[in-house]
Amino acid sequence: VKLVIGIVRPEKANDVLEALYRAEVRGVSMTRVQGHGGELDRVETYRGTTVKMGLSDKVRFEIAVSDSFVDLTIDALCNSARTGEVGDGKIFVVPLERAVRIRTGETDKSAVTPLGA
Amino acid sequence: MASLPIAAAGVSAGDTAWMLAATALVLLMTPALGLFYAGLVRAKNTLNTFMMCAGALAVATVLWAVVGYSLAFDGTGSILGGLGNSFLQGVDFAPRPGTEIPELLFMAFQATFCIVTTALVSGAVVERMRFGPFLIFAGLWSILVYAVLAHWAFGGGWLQSGGTLDFAGGVPVEMGSGFSALAAALVVGARRDYGRQALLPHNAVYVLLGAGLLWFGWFGFNGGSAFSVGNSGVLAFTNTLLTPACTLVVWFILDLVRDRKITAIGAATAIIVGCVGITPAAGYISPGWAMVLGAVAALPSYAVIAVRPRTRVDETLDVLAAHGIAGFTGILFIGFFAQVSWNGAADGLLYGNAAQLGHQALAALAGPVYAFTMTYVILRVLGALMPLRASANDEAVGMDVLEHGEEAYASGEGAILVRTDAEVPVADAA
Repeated sequence: VKLVIGIVRPEKANDVLEALYRAEVRGVSMTRVQGHGGELDRVETYRGTTVKMGLSDKVRFEIAVSDSFVDLTIDALCNSARTGEVGDGKIFVVPLERAVRIRTGETDKSAVTPLGA
Repeated sequence: MASLPIAAAGVSAGDTAWMLAATALVLLMTPALGLFYAGLVRAKNTLNTFMMCAGALAVATVLWAVVGYSLAFDGTGSILGGLGNSFLQGVDFAPRPGTEIPELLFMAFQATFCIVTTALVSGAVVERMRFGPFLIFAGLWSILVYAVLAHWAFGGGWLQSGGTLDFAGGVPVEMGSGFSALAAALVVGARRDYGRQALLPHNAVYVLLGAGLLWFGWFGFNGGSAFSVGNSGVLAFTNTLLTPACTLVVWFILDLVRDRKITAIGAATAIIVGCVGITPAAGYISPGWAMVLGAVAALPSYAVIAVRPRTRVDETLDVLAAHGIAGFTGILFIGFFAQVSWNGAADGLLYGNAAQLGHQALAALAGPVYAFTMTYVILRVLGALMPLRASANDEAVGMDVLEHGEEAYASGEGAILVRTDAEVPVADAA
């Protein structure tokens, strides 16, 4: 069981959700985060104050999947979140020590396998 | 040194005092509209949407003084006014013929109409039209569409001299903006995500507050359109209270029937529809009929708002439904229910004057056709000279950052100060 973390552009969040749905990856959480990934800083001016916005809005997806689903999930994220410009985001895959489905007490693979699959 | 007279002969102090206030009331409607529109768009487009209204404040006001006022109100040519008042030549303290207020004030009052109407059209193209081309469009529109329609309806043009009654702008303001909005939406095209994603209003409180301030300003808009504190001004003012209230009630019922819930954004919309509906009729129909008009006007506008998002026409903020259709309803309503005993001008069909309905129907046809066609042509020509809309990627990022380099809800987190002349060495500051 792995945790796939995808940090993507906020305007791509809906495309990512759609791609995950098509890849039959269920069970997603997302948070709005701010980050910096080497893209050019955006300059904003408010009256006499000019600032470089060092952090950009991003959306962070967290998806726990069984090993056989990892590549599918990564492909879905890459294909749906890419624009080709700097700032498209990153994907991190980390091993999960344990996963528990609260409702049933199922653990690990069966905890991250969607119902009816 | 000879002292100037306090006011020119023929100027009424009471009328002038009211019209000074009414002008300020109508001017408030443009930022109120900015608030209303800004709440209806996504957070990333808040400022750009508001700035389109601010753009109208800039461009339409200047061009009104340069040439728009003259084309609308200089002389009684059937299609267009003259250029005699261009650059405000001859616009001074002498009373405007037909009123007892100085022409200078009359010009300012009419300017506020041109501004808010120009701003209204932006509702069709928000969230994707580039700001520069919008400013050029707004300038051209305020002259080629607004000033022309204002001349037809108010300035002695063919509609007014032919007998059409239009109290405060059913033709130039409401149908003018509404049907232009439809043309603009067709030429500029739908937003990239239209029909693919839910594009929801980001702040319903702005929408309600904007609608409330618009209603407040509308008392000057309709109440001032008699240019006096006489009966017809009082009637128009009072009808501006009654009609939108009835529209609200009916809108609540329609909402209940549709979804079993009365919606806040629906209520804000109903206020606008009611105010628009009474605009052309305000000084011409009795308070009782004004209340009926409020109820009647809700129906077609509600229907268009329900159906339009299911089409491919991304007329984003429903200017057509709220202004074009409600203005159409109001203009026709006069043809049935105008009453000489209330307005001193003409009866409608119900009171034995069928011809009035014909005059009104003519305006209800001519206004939309001209506004739609001219707006379509302006934007097609402009679109051949420059791209009208932002690229798909830019649209995704949002117009605020792209066009203005600002955000409506900047947190300051991660912001690094670039240039500061106020930088003081710590030791010196002590």
